[in-house]
Amino acid sequence: MSQRIVPTVKRRQIIELSESGRRMDGRTLTDYREVTIQTGLVEKAEGSALVSIGGTKVIAGIKFEVGDPFPDIPNEGVMQVGAEFVPFASPEFEPGKPDEVAVELARVVDRGLRESKVLDTTKLCLIPGKKVWIVHVDVYILDHCGNLIDAAALAALSAMLTASMPEACIEGDTVKLTGKRLPMPLTDIPINITLAKIGNKLFVDPSFEEEEVLDCRLSVAFKQNGMLCAMQKGESGYLTPEEVLRAVEIAKDKSQEIRKKVVESLKLNCDKVGEY
Amino acid sequence: MSESKIERLISEDGIRCDGRRLDEIRPIKFQLGVLKNTDGSAYVEWGRTKILVGVMGPRESHPKHLALSDKARVEAYYRMASFSVEEWKSPAPSRREVELSKVIREALEPAIFVEFFPRTSIDIFIEVLQADGSTRCASISAASLALVDAGIPMRDLVASIAVGKVEGKLVLDVQDKEDKAGESDMPMAYMPSKNAVTLLQMDGQITHDEFLQSIELLKKGCIEVYKKQKEAIESHFKGAVSNEEEA
Repeated sequence: MSQRIVPTVKRRQIIELSESGRRMDGRTLTDYREVTIQTGLVEKAEGSALVSIGGTKVIAGIKFEVGDPFPDIPNEGVMQVGAEFVPFASPEFEPGKPDEVAVELARVVDRGLRESKVLDTTKLCLIPGKKVWIVHVDVYILDHCGNLIDAAALAALSAMLTASMPEACIEGDTVKLTGKRLPMPLTDIPINITLAKIGNKLFVDPSFEEEEVLDCRLSVAFKQNGMLCAMQKGESGYLTPEEVLRAVEIAKDKSQEIRKKVVESLKLNCDKVGEY
Repeated sequence: MSESKIERLISEDGIRCDGRRLDEIRPIKFQLGVLKNTDGSAYVEWGRTKILVGVMGPRESHPKHLALSDKARVEAYYRMASFSVEEWKSPAPSRREVELSKVIREALEPAIFVEFFPRTSIDIFIEVLQADGSTRCASISAASLALVDAGIPMRDLVASIAVGKVEGKLVLDVQDKEDKAGESDMPMAYMPSKNAVTLLQMDGQITHDEFLQSIELLKKGCIEVYKKQKEAIESHFKGAVSNEEEA
């Protein structure tokens, strides 16, 4: 019982504050916490990024592996997103295989990247029908201070945007690596924005204490051209359709702000990324 | 492969490959109380999608330490039978099934008066016998009825349906073929009398305008499903009353 008393009191406090448009950490309802992106930290990975949103820390790494294509798309490479919740990231996390929260997070991040076609998988074919590149995108949650989905999506994206792929030459049926590097076949910069509903207010980029008392959350991913490419409602509350529309509007604005931040901190060359 | 690309899914005059209009749902048949050993159950045939749902509970939580002191613990288990799809599927739960179990639970829990049953568990078991698109929507809609059959007090029924984008057009209630070839899929679960969206997912690419249209189409679709759910409840309990009279 005692576990539930503190959040109940906090929830009331958070809702009261939100009536005047403020939050426990001094932000307005639409403020995002400070985002920092550090790339290339892990030299052995083809790409890596350490992202923090406020106190939340997530690292993502990209590894390439030669493997078999899926039978229904024999000439396309494969992208796989995994998520590991490291036990030191939160007292709530336990060692062991990924639970439903980790599985959901990985699949939401995966959909945002996949559906935006950030990576042109048709350019990852080595021997048609036989060998393709498998791109492993793994995110590790290092410190949990709320909004893991956005942090994980941002880390995965930043790692991918700054990765390079190994060059391979084909000799008969074997794939040999030349040791050289090629640029990644990238076509977009998708950004995922999560909002929490608490009471009847929407909170951009929820903190840990806000997540503890939320009704539900909505994550929306946008392509550069403003199209929606993925959406996920989570947790056991509900939104009215009107709240859904409002959340998507806010998320769209925020996605542009965060994308600008990504382009600036990664010093992206606009020509390199498809239609950017 | 190339054959399926040539095949059009929507005809010139806006008729889909199974003869439906763009905003027409498939034939849906719900049935309550189909299993003997559960507290509540329901079966749905939704086009060619066929799903059985059994509800156990409210019953003692097991293991006990998982019990919640102020409400019932709701769990959903979405599983696809190994023979439910084109190719044999391993019966071990995939990552997809783990995620769907979570979002289905979160779609149903807002409808249940969980605070009436502290320290208990309500388990919702979903077996997809045949999958032909929109299995999560059919599961949620049928599970609502299984909960009703179990006599669990609810705020409203949860009705669910998906809108997809096929060949640039928005279509209601996507079947498997349309889902695979389509450009997007957006399932929603909705409690009409509470105006509450309890599940919302999307993958694929849609513009903001298409998103706004989708929400309207989804509301319309959910209300149609809702009517069918109510009819199923009425016919089930009408049967129960006349049986009692005969006895």
